[in-house]
Amino acid sequence: MARHDPRRFPGLALWLSSALLLALIGYLPHSASLFAWLFPELERPLYQQDSFGSLVGAHLQIVLASSLIAVVGGVLAGVIVSRPAGKEFRPLLDSVLAISQALPPVAVLAIAAPLIGFGQAPALIALVLYGLLPVTQGTLAGLASVPDSLLEVARGMGMGRWRILWQVELPLAAPVMLAGIRTSVVINIGTAAIASTVGARTLGLPIIVGLSGFNTAYVLQGAMLLALLAIVADQLFGWFGRLLSPHLDGAL
Amino acid sequence: MLELNAVNKFFDGWQAVADVHLHVSAGELVVLIGTSGSGKSTTLKMINRLIEPDSGSITLAGEDIRQHSPEALRRRIGYAIQSVGLFPHWTVEENIAAVPALLKWPRARIRDRVTELLELLHLPAAQYRQRYPHQLSGGQQQRVGVARALAADPEILLMDEPFGALDPVTRANLQQELLRIQALAGKTIILVTHDIDEALLLGQRIVLMDKGRVVQQGSAQDFLLHPANAFVRDFVGQSDIGVRLLGLDTVASRVRPPQLAAGEPIAASATLREALSAFVARRVSSLPVIDAQGQLLGDVHFADLLQVAA
Repeated sequence: MARHDPRRFPGLALWLSSALLLALIGYLPHSASLFAWLFPELERPLYQQDSFGSLVGAHLQIVLASSLIAVVGGVLAGVIVSRPAGKEFRPLLDSVLAISQALPPVAVLAIAAPLIGFGQAPALIALVLYGLLPVTQGTLAGLASVPDSLLEVARGMGMGRWRILWQVELPLAAPVMLAGIRTSVVINIGTAAIASTVGARTLGLPIIVGLSGFNTAYVLQGAMLLALLAIVADQLFGWFGRLLSPHLDGAL
Repeated sequence: MLELNAVNKFFDGWQAVADVHLHVSAGELVVLIGTSGSGKSTTLKMINRLIEPDSGSITLAGEDIRQHSPEALRRRIGYAIQSVGLFPHWTVEENIAAVPALLKWPRARIRDRVTELLELLHLPAAQYRQRYPHQLSGGQQQRVGVARALAADPEILLMDEPFGALDPVTRANLQQELLRIQALAGKTIILVTHDIDEALLLGQRIVLMDKGRVVQQGSAQDFLLHPANAFVRDFVGQSDIGVRLLGLDTVASRVRPPQLAAGEPIAASATLREALSAFVARRVSSLPVIDAQGQLLGDVHFADLLQVAA
């Protein structure tokens, strides 16, 4: 049954947005005449300091690195404070996450840059801090959604604690956890653009250069790529979520 | 087989189980019954150490249950609860195979055991083994739950209101099924319920609990004919004692030689309660009785219902 399930294949929206993204990366370097026509008042209507392909690559790198750290850290934190032994750390975790959410990423960058210098490092710190909360909250909500009766049955038939976590709790929490990770990554894709203010190479570069030089065309070029990248990532997560939970087939 | 000795359990200073003594022989089906908060579920969960007693001892097959790790103990004990107990992300096969897999049975043996159990519970294996719980009806889910509890051929089966969430027809079916499996496999079963009719039907021995104490234990007839006190009388339903007594016996025990009673025949395996219902509904005082093959056995008379085997 599962083998020929159409839900296992990526949907049309994912195909379309990926194709559009690739087409845009390929077309933008040759779009000087289009932007010259759209923005006749601009002297240089096409951003050419970096290639768009390399900017997308650099952007993805910093998002992947920060998301990986945020996901591993967030899931670990969520699992630990939901164990009986880690319960007392729950309030501490809650306040750390609240603080990290209250600080806007720009502020984190402003504090971090003078301390550890410009470049990727302050950007990573800001992105990780910002990405942690949705992941941790998703993990906590997902684990809390597993019915107590199921845990009791699992214990009642002789499963150990680790086995219950691994085979019952995490798989059942996965859809909610994944929703948190999805939010975290998609937000991160947007937030990473701000990191270019402290010298990280991202898709934010044309936007920031464009904003400071009153070049709307640069802003548009960076923003289109950024938006498509976020849409593709969001669709990828949707597809992955369906792959992950075949038992929800038709149930939702 | 199983022995509970002077078992006590307190929750926050409130006594959930008070000085419970219980002796269960091998192959016996014991029903623990009581209102909610009577301590019946707590008593059950102390047997597989989901709850640890504060004092007293519990022995299984002559050994104190604290001699082994809780996990090892629980793998020897089947456990079934209301239908919510199936793992929704596992197929029927994976659910049933849970304990055998924990016990590291070889794959082929697990497969054969799953097939055997699905057939035993009237779920064609080819059709059902790959389904997920949400693709089954409530009754089918409960069958899978029972199959899972039986999977590793446990020494004893604990069932916590296993049929509580089912509609009356499905429940009656599964109750008959349980009796059949018990007769077939000779399992020792301890079942918790709050339904007196379920207790009277299933229990070879019924243990009535109230406020953590055992109020009375005995056969269904003991409960109906010799209730220990007013609480027991109320619990078994004073006004229905008569019909419930009739429910304990079958038509087969009252058959007379045939005198050509007219009307649609009644099965010898029907309870006297059903016979009473048939007499009243059809306004007759005698009915022909047939066996499972449709063979005429004789008549059953309305007046004969009165001679109750005490």
